[in-house]
Amino acid sequence: MTLLSVEELSVTFTGRDGGRRGPGTDAVCGVSFTVAEGEVAGLVGESGCGKSVTSLALMGLLPRRGVRVGGRAVFRHSGPDPVDLLSLPPAALRDLRGRQLAMIFQDPLSSLNPVVPIGVQVTEVLTRHRGLRGRAARAEAAHLLERGGIPDPTRRLKEYPHQLSGGMRQRALIAMAVACAPRLLIADEPTTALDVTIQAQILELLRELVDDQGTALLMITHDLGVVAGICDSVHVLYAGKVVEAAGRRALFAAPAHPYAHGLLGSVPRLDAPRGERLHPVRGSINDRLSWPDGCAFAPRCDRYTLECLDATPELTALPGATGGHLVRCVHPVGNEGSAAADTPTEREASA
Amino acid sequence: MTIRTEKLDRLAELTARRDTTTGAGLWTEALRRLRGSKMALTGAAVITVFVVIAVVGPWLAPHDPTAQTWRDEVFVNRALFVGPRSGNWLGLDHLGRDQFSRLLVGARHTLLVGVVSTLIGLVAGALVGGVSGAALAFGGRAGRGLDTVLMRGVDMLLALPSLLLAVSVAAVMGQSLTTVMIAVGVVQIPVFARLLRGSMLAQAHADYVLAARALGVRRRRVVLAHVLPNSLGPVIVQTTLALATAIIEAAALSYLGLGNPDAAQPEWGVMLAQAERFFVPEDLLDQASLMAVCPALGIIVTALGFTLLGEALREALDPKLRG
Amino acid sequence: MLRLIVRRLLQLVPTLLGLTVLLFLWIHRLPGGPASALLGERATEADRRQIEAALGLDEPLWVQYGRWLERLARLDLGTSTQTSRPVWEEFTLRFPATAELALTAMLIAVVVGIPLGYVAARRRGSWLDAAAVSGSLLGVCVPVFFFALILKAVFAVNLGWLPSAGRRSTGIDATEVTGFSVLDGLLTGEWDASLDAVEHLILPGVALASIPLAVIVRITRAGVLEVLTEDYVRTAESKGLRQRVVRGRHVLRNALLPVVTTVGLLTGSLLSGAVLTESVFAFGGIGRFVADAIDARDYPTLMGFILLIALLYVLVNLMVDVAYSVIDPRVRVN
Repeated sequence: MTLLSVEELSVTFTGRDGGRRGPGTDAVCGVSFTVAEGEVAGLVGESGCGKSVTSLALMGLLPRRGVRVGGRAVFRHSGPDPVDLLSLPPAALRDLRGRQLAMIFQDPLSSLNPVVPIGVQVTEVLTRHRGLRGRAARAEAAHLLERGGIPDPTRRLKEYPHQLSGGMRQRALIAMAVACAPRLLIADEPTTALDVTIQAQILELLRELVDDQGTALLMITHDLGVVAGICDSVHVLYAGKVVEAAGRRALFAAPAHPYAHGLLGSVPRLDAPRGERLHPVRGSINDRLSWPDGCAFAPRCDRYTLECLDATPELTALPGATGGHLVRCVHPVGNEGSAAADTPTEREASA
Repeated sequence: MTIRTEKLDRLAELTARRDTTTGAGLWTEALRRLRGSKMALTGAAVITVFVVIAVVGPWLAPHDPTAQTWRDEVFVNRALFVGPRSGNWLGLDHLGRDQFSRLLVGARHTLLVGVVSTLIGLVAGALVGGVSGAALAFGGRAGRGLDTVLMRGVDMLLALPSLLLAVSVAAVMGQSLTTVMIAVGVVQIPVFARLLRGSMLAQAHADYVLAARALGVRRRRVVLAHVLPNSLGPVIVQTTLALATAIIEAAALSYLGLGNPDAAQPEWGVMLAQAERFFVPEDLLDQASLMAVCPALGIIVTALGFTLLGEALREALDPKLRG
Repeated sequence: MLRLIVRRLLQLVPTLLGLTVLLFLWIHRLPGGPASALLGERATEADRRQIEAALGLDEPLWVQYGRWLERLARLDLGTSTQTSRPVWEEFTLRFPATAELALTAMLIAVVVGIPLGYVAARRRGSWLDAAAVSGSLLGVCVPVFFFALILKAVFAVNLGWLPSAGRRSTGIDATEVTGFSVLDGLLTGEWDASLDAVEHLILPGVALASIPLAVIVRITRAGVLEVLTEDYVRTAESKGLRQRVVRGRHVLRNALLPVVTTVGLLTGSLLSGAVLTESVFAFGGIGRFVADAIDARDYPTLMGFILLIALLYVLVNLMVDVAYSVIDPRVRVN
């Protein structure tokens, strides 16, 4: 059953003048994807591709001024009718946030209020959404911290963020996020700021919690290792659009979009033959077209041809693949033929 | 083939970077932002006008500012003052001198007091703060000791209310224009010292300083070539703001009777302090009141000019506000 | 916490000792030396000789300093040349008035400044923000005594809304208990005296508040603007907390940290400002007395008052430091 259905989400930063002096910057331009109940979905892409902006838009946490949000994000909360998160009045969204829809962030230190004890920061959610106060709230908070894998939780409740280690802080933040057993948890690069050993523990904890509570998880990351370890389905984002969507296995087995292909090729592999070179995606996210001019990835793509510049490619089912493997590419990898063959000379000339 | 090149050109054109501003230095960037700031432009305009008046004022003045030419037209005892009239556009002061000429010429002394006293505070404060910061960051144990001693001294100065500090200086050195400038300057020393020290300490822990030291750059060179230039932003902002404070403080000293004793020489603070006793609260536009209001407005507008520029500079230099 | 207080108190010792040395040398450097300073300028040469012998001024400087320090410890700050009464007595007699005025000014600055700074930050770019920013810029540029003069002219003399001078009206019979006239009225049940004292406090209080108010508005505004971009505010919002909680616990609590330190540092400028304000409003506090002492070159009074005010400043900042460590747990560690 679909829990969240994002349709043509677009976010434009217009600047503080409200867009009168120009069209503004498109951070996200027409992102669509769905998250099923209890599913772990991945949103993958490099820095600046719009993945964090997408999550903040869903949570309603983008600044109100200087930002234009379009599209729909239909969320089936526990109430009778599904709601559109993007057009919900702020007060109603406030009631959903923290209870049905929760989020954890990248940097656990800066995401915790430095001058408020951990205990208060946990109990304030319980007070707000579950009406717990005083001793009952503290007991529940201790229980939550313990479930989040924090030893000696009663003592930790009185401590301040700077007294906890990085991993402990992230565990505390996770405890706050799952305090009301939300239906959807958005995790924005939750392991990026942590040590590698801690990363695995945190992923393990997240997996456990969402399995126990039936919470769906939207994992936002640039780390393909995280995707491989935890996600059921993956949406690859490039320049504010989904360029490929598939199940985890299908994507890792046969990435179809040249960008996804390149991402996988940039990761060192133990099973690669010795001496084989990595294949980084050249250029940076700044070398991109605007989508109306054609495929935004074309300037960095080894497979581009003239057709890539004709129009925005559509997100379509990959020919010959099963199980909803979608790709936005004129010349998907693994589907050789047509014009793809006549480019190599040119590629070498320009390189 | 022609179609192909055409399309490739289009690709190149489409991907050409739109903004070329990336990579601009802090100061270039700050200057660019200053030019777009109304606050900075207003401040700079006021300061320019003030400085021009201070420089050419004596040649513009229609009358001798110290000559009591119309002495017998003013009767202080009967509160009879002479208001604006042709030839004396702002009327006469209590000794029958031309008020407009005094204001024009007074700008010079006001500027002098502001600049010299700020320089005293800046130089002494930067010296103490710079030595202190460098010693603490790179001087090891002995440096820490030196820093503690210097900072205790600064704390001591900070604990003395500025006016009373100025009074003490005036009491020892006798009353003169030099005393006023030193008194106002001394008050600024702890401010500059703390600011530069704090700013240097923040820089001392920056990665590029660690990198320079790891590469074996000498400590003295690290301080002089890396830490110090990068710590100067807040000091420059404070210098601009201190110019405003200095002019106001000098006026307060005059009001308490500790100003320049040579009252014949026009200076806005002294003029304000002297006119204050004739002030007629019932009518702010009476000539008796205007004698105080005019130099007061001069002080306020000038101080505002420096403050506006200083605040705009602070905003322009703040990396958090860049972007 | 106690350790922190003790450590800070110990840190004060060298600062205060340094201050006494400074002041001692200051008296010695005065024209005519300490004898004239103690006696005043009207003393005859014979008087001076006599007192120099009596005070042991022929002894080495450090011995004299020791003696002087010993007298200080007994609160013997010398005699005012204006009133011929002990400086300590003059201080305690007048200090409550100044404290009352300074507290009023600080209260106005805090009560008006923090909400104004907060609203200005929340509505950045609005006309209210522009007004708050320009007002605070103007506030630091107007000489305090001139502002006081204008306030007095407009609200006391022309409009007649408030009294123009003094601490209480003639005809009000007030019993003195603590010297704080508002408090005294409340303690003795003389409500009219309290009300009258409040009326006399408003104009000088507003005049004296101008600089602290301007500073607090600016610092609060800057603090709120910075905190609003912090990740923990976003976290608080993501938890769906009520706006009241987000604003109070997460935004204001952090944004006000720099304001707390500033309030301590402003005590110094507040006391300087009090000297000027009290002169304009003939308000009988230490400020007025200091202004008179400056006029009369009453050095024992000046020296004693400077020392006591510096001590006060240092103690206020100690209290601010301690208060800061209560609200910001991060400073407790080191």
